[in-house]
Amino acid sequence: MLLRIHDLHAEIDGKPILRGIDLEVGAGEVHAVMGPNGSGKSTLAQLLAGREVYTVTRGEVTFDGKNLLEMPADLRAREGLFLSFQYPIELPGIANSYFLKAAVNAVRRHRGLSELDAVDFLVAARAKMKLVGLREDFLHRSVNEGFSGGEKKRNEIFQMAMLEPRLAILDETDSGLDVDALRTVAEGVNSLRSPDRAIVVITHYQRLLDYIVPDKTHVLAGGRIVRSGGAELAREVEERGYGWITGATESSDGMPVAAA
Amino acid sequence: MSSGTQAKDLVDDGEYKWGFVTDIESDVAPAGLSEDIIRFISAKKNEPEFMLEWRLKAFRAWLKMAAEEGEPDWAHVKFTPIDYQAISYYAAPKKKDGPKSLDEVDPELLATFEKLGIPLAERAILAGVAVDAVFDSVSVATTFKEKLAEVGVIFCSFSDAVQHHPELVRKYLGSVVPVADNFFAALNSAVFTDGSFCYIPPGVRCPMELSTYFRINTANTGQFERTLIVADEGAYVSYLEGCTAPKRDENQLHAAVVELVAHERAQIKYSTVQNWYPGDKEGRGGIYNFVTKRGKCAGAHSKISWTQVETGSSITWKYPSVILQGDDSVGEFYSVAVTNNHQQADTGTKMLHIGKNTSSTIVSKGISAGQGQNSYRGLVYVAPGAEGARNYSQCDSLLIGDKCGAHTFPYIDVRNPTSQVEHEASTSRIGEDQIFYCRQRGLTQEDAVSLIVNGFCKQVFRELPMEFAVEAQKLLSVTLEGAVG
Ligand SMILES: Nc1ncnc2c1ncn2[C@@H]1O[C@H](COP(=O)(O)OP(=O)(O)OP(=O)(O)O)[C@@H](O)[C@H]1O
Ligand SMILES: [Mg+2]
Repeated sequence: MLLRIHDLHAEIDGKPILRGIDLEVGAGEVHAVMGPNGSGKSTLAQLLAGREVYTVTRGEVTFDGKNLLEMPADLRAREGLFLSFQYPIELPGIANSYFLKAAVNAVRRHRGLSELDAVDFLVAARAKMKLVGLREDFLHRSVNEGFSGGEKKRNEIFQMAMLEPRLAILDETDSGLDVDALRTVAEGVNSLRSPDRAIVVITHYQRLLDYIVPDKTHVLAGGRIVRSGGAELAREVEERGYGWITGATESSDGMPVAAA
Repeated sequence: MSSGTQAKDLVDDGEYKWGFVTDIESDVAPAGLSEDIIRFISAKKNEPEFMLEWRLKAFRAWLKMAAEEGEPDWAHVKFTPIDYQAISYYAAPKKKDGPKSLDEVDPELLATFEKLGIPLAERAILAGVAVDAVFDSVSVATTFKEKLAEVGVIFCSFSDAVQHHPELVRKYLGSVVPVADNFFAALNSAVFTDGSFCYIPPGVRCPMELSTYFRINTANTGQFERTLIVADEGAYVSYLEGCTAPKRDENQLHAAVVELVAHERAQIKYSTVQNWYPGDKEGRGGIYNFVTKRGKCAGAHSKISWTQVETGSSITWKYPSVILQGDDSVGEFYSVAVTNNHQQADTGTKMLHIGKNTSSTIVSKGISAGQGQNSYRGLVYVAPGAEGARNYSQCDSLLIGDKCGAHTFPYIDVRNPTSQVEHEASTSRIGEDQIFYCRQRGLTQEDAVSLIVNGFCKQVFRELPMEFAVEAQKLLSVTLEGAVG
């Protein structure tokens, strides 16, 4: 099992957010995670990526057999865990190409591969940018600065393609994309599906899952996975909302479920 | 402020020894400052009469300022009073002062050199190992000099200039920073022992970047350095001051003066990387860097650019300025100032628009980490006659951690309605989210910080000569090591 989460509890500022998550993701699999707003999806994603603002109060997580929770965030990344951010961060003054080349080479060094020089990098970057429909001039712009919502998401998938992770967690990569962009990005993700790579797709919409068909679907509510199933579960959620699963008309944070 | 009283006491309490005679054969002046000491310095340096007169005039001005106001106390810095009578103002240059070899040098300093990628031979020089024990740099200096002589550029120590080009020195010395300009400039004018002199003849584009690096006798210029650069009509010069390696010095007070004169259509680009010893983590030791730097765009269409990267010193007090006298002249100021641990910096610029259609640009980037305090202080003055003057100022501050501070003091004095003055300012903190984003892509915390900081400073770095920019980036990373987390 590539990723194994057992009884994971986590809180922020003393407020419990994850309340006993169990999840196993094998290499080659695609899992979809759905759930109402505020149910803890991004928290789970960021916690797995090593964000330090959350405190784990119980449970374990292993990544390829290693204790993930002991690793600092940058080591997790170099070990092959990638997070596509729900809200990608802007880095003013830092060229996208410069940033990504530094990242790619940090990962390559860790894997015992030779570093890419400027030419190799450019050749690789051009090919991957085409994959996600990003124009080449984005290489020279500051990371995410002034990018439109959709451009930021494409840039995340571009980075993923360059970094070749073993586990990619995509946090609402589809939000904010127009119909065409959605298809392009989904095709980009599909082209990265491989027997030794796992992908966890966090989404609110069935639409993305029409393109990226998941092997499993999970519904997260109130910090727990309350239902798991196959691709059909996502369709059911789309049609019926979450109420029939969570047994309530409101989500954990008091938001009407319909808003999801 | 109590620091002023030290200087005042020296005049008031009668301890001041006018009648005291210094032995001219001595290699070192006794501690203390008097008219007699100034005569001694001038005699030691075999100076013409006009130099002595000039020094004495400066000294009298300084005494008056010391008695009336003491040290300037308006800057946003705190320091213990300086005892001006405890300083020795002259020491003959000695050959083997420092450590005999690298083995005797502070290992921490050597580790820093290594991180900065400074070649072995240069590390020794920077650490103060006697130059002739390291390698024969005379040959380097000689080829360099020959090349310059071919095009008529004069580049030499200030002492040499006084001996060989007294007419130029007489004409320009103090023409931009008058002897009584300010407390520290007056002190410098009275007692300076050496520095650099540079003259570019009309129409000449200096064939190489001039750097104090190539002047082997800079090691002993001491606390009161004097630099004078004159670009005659249509001339161009790029001058690099300092180097990126940390310099140790027992002298706590450094009060340098730099004067630039640009004639019609001349251009001077002056770049500084200042990395004096900043003191330890608790704020002990470190250099007080009180510098007066000013350029005069004397002729029409002339241009002066100051670019500075200030990472060292425990206190930096420095306002490179431009007097835009010639019509259509241009002044620029690009600055990165970093304060970490207990460092304090109060720096900025003055752009004085006198001529018509003069324009100036100010880009100031202040970075504070640890308990560092960083202030930008800038004056934009537009004289009544400066028709069509334009200024654009941008002051950005970046905070790392929550114990440091950034302050901005822009002064704008516009007396001509046709002028345009724009000022933008911003303060940001390195976000935990930004660092997390970088780390999520595989970069270490330190790489992430240096990436973000370099991005912040980019506008300034790209004004630096190429190799200097690369070094400045590395230097910034080393300075901010451990600043986060
Ligand atoms: N840094 C934080 N400080 C305080 N509360 C937080 C923080 N991060 C998350 N939370 C809270 O944790 C809960 C779960 O948030 P999370 O972002 O994981 O939800 P989500 O399932 O991703 O929601 P959405 O579908 O809206 O993206 C919310 O109630 C949120 O307010
Ligand atoms: Mg979310």
